Amino acid sequence: MFEKALSGNRGYWGWIFFLLAVIGVGFVCYLKQLTTGLGITGMSRDVSWGLYIAQFTFLVGVAASAVMVVLPYYLHNTKVFGRITILGEFLAIAAVTMCLTFIIVDLGQPGRAFNIILHPTPHSILFWDMVVLSGYLLLNVVITHVTLDAERTGEAPPKWIKPVIILSIPWAISIHTVTAFIYSGLAARPFWMTAILAPRFLASAFSSGPALLILFCLILMRFTRFDPGWEAIQKMALIVTYAMLANIFFILMEVFTTFYSDIPEHLAHFKYLYWGLDGHHELVPFMWASAILAVFSALVLVNPKLRMQRSWLRWACLAVVASVWLEKGLGMVVTGFVPSPLGGVTQYLPTLREVLITLGIYALGALMITGFYHIALAVRGELRSASPS
Amino acid sequence: MTVDRRGFFKLAGLGALGLAGARSLPVLGNPLPSPSPPESGPPSGVRWGMVVDLRACLHDEGCQDCILACDHAHNIPQLPDRKHEVKWIWKDPYEEVFPMQAHEYLEDALRGHPALAFCNHCNNPPCVRVCPTKATFRREDGLVMMDWHRCIGCRYCIAACPYGSRSFNWVDPRPYIEKIDPEFPTRTRGVVEKCNFCDERLARNEQPACVAACRNGAMTFGNLADPTSTVRLLLKSRYSIRRKPALGTHPEVFYLV
Repeated sequence: MFEKALSGNRGYWGWIFFLLAVIGVGFVCYLKQLTTGLGITGMSRDVSWGLYIAQFTFLVGVAASAVMVVLPYYLHNTKVFGRITILGEFLAIAAVTMCLTFIIVDLGQPGRAFNIILHPTPHSILFWDMVVLSGYLLLNVVITHVTLDAERTGEAPPKWIKPVIILSIPWAISIHTVTAFIYSGLAARPFWMTAILAPRFLASAFSSGPALLILFCLILMRFTRFDPGWEAIQKMALIVTYAMLANIFFILMEVFTTFYSDIPEHLAHFKYLYWGLDGHHELVPFMWASAILAVFSALVLVNPKLRMQRSWLRWACLAVVASVWLEKGLGMVVTGFVPSPLGGVTQYLPTLREVLITLGIYALGALMITGFYHIALAVRGELRSASPS
Repeated sequence: MTVDRRGFFKLAGLGALGLAGARSLPVLGNPLPSPSPPESGPPSGVRWGMVVDLRACLHDEGCQDCILACDHAHNIPQLPDRKHEVKWIWKDPYEEVFPMQAHEYLEDALRGHPALAFCNHCNNPPCVRVCPTKATFRREDGLVMMDWHRCIGCRYCIAACPYGSRSFNWVDPRPYIEKIDPEFPTRTRGVVEKCNFCDERLARNEQPACVAACRNGAMTFGNLADPTSTVRLLLKSRYSIRRKPALGTHPEVFYLV
């Protein structure tokens, strides 16, 4: 089946080579990091996790969100999702791969990564995160391969795949729950130590992931003969709407508890995020942008008239993805470290090399998604370029 | 060392029963077994701890003896970039070392004056709980130790430590060590490190380097399991505090105010 990824028009190849170039640049920067250490990043003794771990966290959400198309299709028989479940599953594979790459890139001694398996440590949440993420990757690889192969040969997929697909549903929830537990179990970091972190993660994932999927569908509809059906897109838009409202609601819960209880060490982090602390304001504009985008997307999505218009829906989905990315992929991780346990405020700014490595990993994910979607559409004969043979 | 490690693995196995299980590991809060003299007893009879006399330390505010002694004993690099700093023992203002025990009417003697900070060798160490490879582990004598050859550099322990006691080697530390002591290992880039309570000196029946270096008698090291030890007598006779006691980490470093 993979040979299908190797035939495409000039636009396809141009895009592939562009992504390969971005990956190459990121790789060269990573070699530098590998030989000189993580000192080439903007991270420090006080802010010891940065862009990499934040992207990992955001992308676990994207990976988990595949469940939002798989669940309605397989558990509620929502037939309109029949054409897009595979897109969701492929997105999950690419997202988990990016997650694992971000983890490896963040390790000080990547050559020892297998120590997590050689010395399994059940009381470490990171151990469980490794287990659930690799399990989720495996599940989705098997599911997409089997179902797409069945489509190609025109036969019904084997019966045993159904329970595997059903298993992938709670598994998707688990990956983001466990990822939240990495943070919410730390007494040292009051900003993260909140029981609502896992629900918040899931809500932001189930809004940003399907929003990303809608955007991918719109792009595919433009460049190929693929058509998921307007009804499917509207159903996804409804999911995005509810999840985004839940996400905003959860954030407001957090804000209430923090501000009304008025505990200084909880408050300090929020002050840093939205107003700045000790003369450091680097995240403030981004966090307000995230808040404004969240409100904008919610207002558009809640209004059925706007949600049903393609152009409004597109902007709302972009706003959802951007809002969640700013909050999760930028603010959430760094703010846990500011102020430090001793009250110090250390500025974190990612370096150019760090950003290029990050972009390289995103390009790797984009390359996988492009290839996978290309294969899926080629199997279904929906590529515009596919000539009748 | 191997016996201690094995004991640790047993505890880790208990941890497998669940996080709730891990929280109630035997050592916590239970009455200690019958006291035995520090040097002859089995590991269970030894619980190393430290008492820091803040006022004695403040007698000599600019004194860096303990810090320098530690830096020399452990090949600690002096990095020019503060963001990459590696430190095992250091001084920070009282209000930062004890954020929950400071207020606006704090006496002049303490306000803004330096207090010593280093690894608390917690009885219930969050760093050990989160480490995905057991590279950091707690010995039965209470020392929270690190295996620098096993550490993968994920820095989860740094996120979990409520005391900022852990440093990461953002760059190769060796070029920045003033004079390498071949008796003690240097570290490679990409691993975490912290105060080890001088386990290499304890093995030779010596006091930790910082304690031995202190001219003001501000640091006392000893066996908390022995009611006749100096640390226990100090704690019995004077009021002591610990850093962030509400977090339940049970530090084995006590401060006399």
